[in-house]
Amino acid sequence: MDPFTTLTGLVAPLDRLNVDTDQIIPKQYLKTVQRTGLKDGLFYDWRCMPDGTPDPTFFMNQARFSGVAILLGRDNFGCGSSREHAPWALLDYGIRCVIAPSFADIFYNNCFQNGMLPIVLPEDAINELFCSVDATEGYQLTVNLDAQTITRPEGQLIQFVIDPFRKSCLLSGLDTIGLTLEYEGDIAVYEAKRKTDVPWLFPS
Amino acid sequence: MSGRTMFEKIWGGHVVRENEAGTTLLYVDRHLVHEVTSPQAFEGLKLAGRTVRHPEFTLAVPDHNVPTTDRSHGIADPSSAKQIDALEKNCREWDIPFFALDDHRQGIVHVIGPEQGFTLPGMTIVCGDSHTSTHGAFGTLAFGIGTSEVEHVLATQCLLQTKPKTILIQVDGTLSHYCSAKDIILAIIEKIGTAGATGYIIEYAGSAIRALSMEGRMTLCNMSIEAGARAGMVAPDECTIDYIRGRPLAPAGKAFDAAAEAWRQLSTDSDATFDRVLELRAESIAPQVTWGTSPGMGTAVDQYVPDPKTITDDRLRVATEQALDYMGLTSGTPITDISIDKVFIGSCTNGRIEDLRLAAKYAKGKKVHQRVHAMVVPGSGLVKRQAEDEGLDQVFQEAGFEWREAGCSMCLAMNPDVLKFGDRCASTSNRNFEGRQGKGGRTHLVSPAMAVVAAIEGHFVDIRSWIHSQP
Ligand code: SF4
Repeated sequence: MDPFTTLTGLVAPLDRLNVDTDQIIPKQYLKTVQRTGLKDGLFYDWRCMPDGTPDPTFFMNQARFSGVAILLGRDNFGCGSSREHAPWALLDYGIRCVIAPSFADIFYNNCFQNGMLPIVLPEDAINELFCSVDATEGYQLTVNLDAQTITRPEGQLIQFVIDPFRKSCLLSGLDTIGLTLEYEGDIAVYEAKRKTDVPWLFPS
Repeated sequence: MSGRTMFEKIWGGHVVRENEAGTTLLYVDRHLVHEVTSPQAFEGLKLAGRTVRHPEFTLAVPDHNVPTTDRSHGIADPSSAKQIDALEKNCREWDIPFFALDDHRQGIVHVIGPEQGFTLPGMTIVCGDSHTSTHGAFGTLAFGIGTSEVEHVLATQCLLQTKPKTILIQVDGTLSHYCSAKDIILAIIEKIGTAGATGYIIEYAGSAIRALSMEGRMTLCNMSIEAGARAGMVAPDECTIDYIRGRPLAPAGKAFDAAAEAWRQLSTDSDATFDRVLELRAESIAPQVTWGTSPGMGTAVDQYVPDPKTITDDRLRVATEQALDYMGLTSGTPITDISIDKVFIGSCTNGRIEDLRLAAKYAKGKKVHQRVHAMVVPGSGLVKRQAEDEGLDQVFQEAGFEWREAGCSMCLAMNPDVLKFGDRCASTSNRNFEGRQGKGGRTHLVSPAMAVVAAIEGHFVDIRSWIHSQP
């Protein structure tokens, strides 16, 4: 996994509540056996009109948002299915950070597994950012994970909160499976005890 | 020491170690695997030179992608076929128990787990699928994970987790004869919203929950994720124990008795506290129909399509307008005036034998409306066989419903069962998101009984009065 330290990038708005993972990456793109190449499916049903032509009102079809790295969202972002294809598709499109007032649990978690940073900010701060993005072409933000700050081009700093364990994993690009495997001893001890406590779970 | 909730007992029993910074290494007793969210996990395992720690604690089945028509000649869609082949190949390579497409036990992962006795009280169960919450009906801590975590569990049989908070949803009283677990959970989601329980584990309790069958409890826990909770749970009782007894993978003989005794101790202590409590009267719950594009956008069948103008919150108003626009509905329309084109009965929410029995009860001797295309998709091969033994397939087919092979089918429409643009569907599944059942398709979530009467009449009807108007 690539580490996430700082990111300066173009911000695009997605002003909808409850953006679900079926929208982020529709099912027809789930038939892959790979993690890459999913950008073609990103927000496909919102990006394209029923006849397949691009919907000019959607951010992905607007020149000013080409090269987006940070997505601004609303409450309950990433709800629905557990498909990790959702963060994979965002990442494949170049989006490494999503800022929203709240995220659905599984999506939130899946982001960290892929070197992406989901940032929770209060509603007011989000509203201000939506206004700024709307008003300023080429609006960029700088995210500093170590300092837990977002720097606005106007100069203000926004502080954000993040779980310290997730933060350190992201900063170092840590392989969490490797980490768990280091506790092989603890797992073996646990399994031996569990076998005595609940023997019916260990059919011979 | 104050008492513990069922969740705390199970969580506490699975802590391998507490890591720095408040993360827990949690042991996973059982792992269910399906074709869509696993190939990248197996590939990752291989690339890192790792192995599967406990293939015997794992069970795999193809379900999401499988056609529900005759599949004896293989799968026409090459990418679906490739995914299903990959699952089979990976399971053979790693020695993971696997139900193949032609195995009579094949079915939706959340139907076969309980059916096989793979799901037992007190366990932790995970699966790369958000509706893993279903298994919580047994007093199991069960939740959905992403593909990276699937890989983590395959390699270590553990997961790194932060402890969620708990919410008690207490439903007391007697549920109307015409309502079911589906109406309870839809009413709860409407009340608390689709993010209402984000960060929480739900425990459902109260006399109305106790009165539910295991199938009903599964329907209830299944849709916990639609309320934002990763898991929902119901304490095991004699109903649970009776359901498990004799299942192929359940303990037998003395081991079963010992297990059952332990399961009886799992329920929440009387002096335990929850972070939040929500109380509901079962009598207040009417048959539900969703009108929007989020499972919380629903109402009682005797109500009307809402008017966004009356909503003061800006974003909620816009979301409601967008939903009504997508759904092609006009404010103020009685729910019972909404005509439908398709009916889908099935899914991990309502594709079990009890659901089909109930649906067949209302379908018996009736005819599906001429405009409506209706299908019944059993949740598993065993559910299908059982239904056929009881003659339910005949009832459905005589009424004009299609009778299909087991799978996820039109719940997510990854297989050929897809709504056409603009089609309006009464569906017993769990998600009414835009395009969920096909691009431009419009989904209304309902119970199996409500789906059947809608199929017969061609529009939604209040089953409570409909039943009395029948000859
Ligand atoms: S039936 Fe639907 S919700 Fe359930 S596992 Fe299959 S696709 Fe997911």
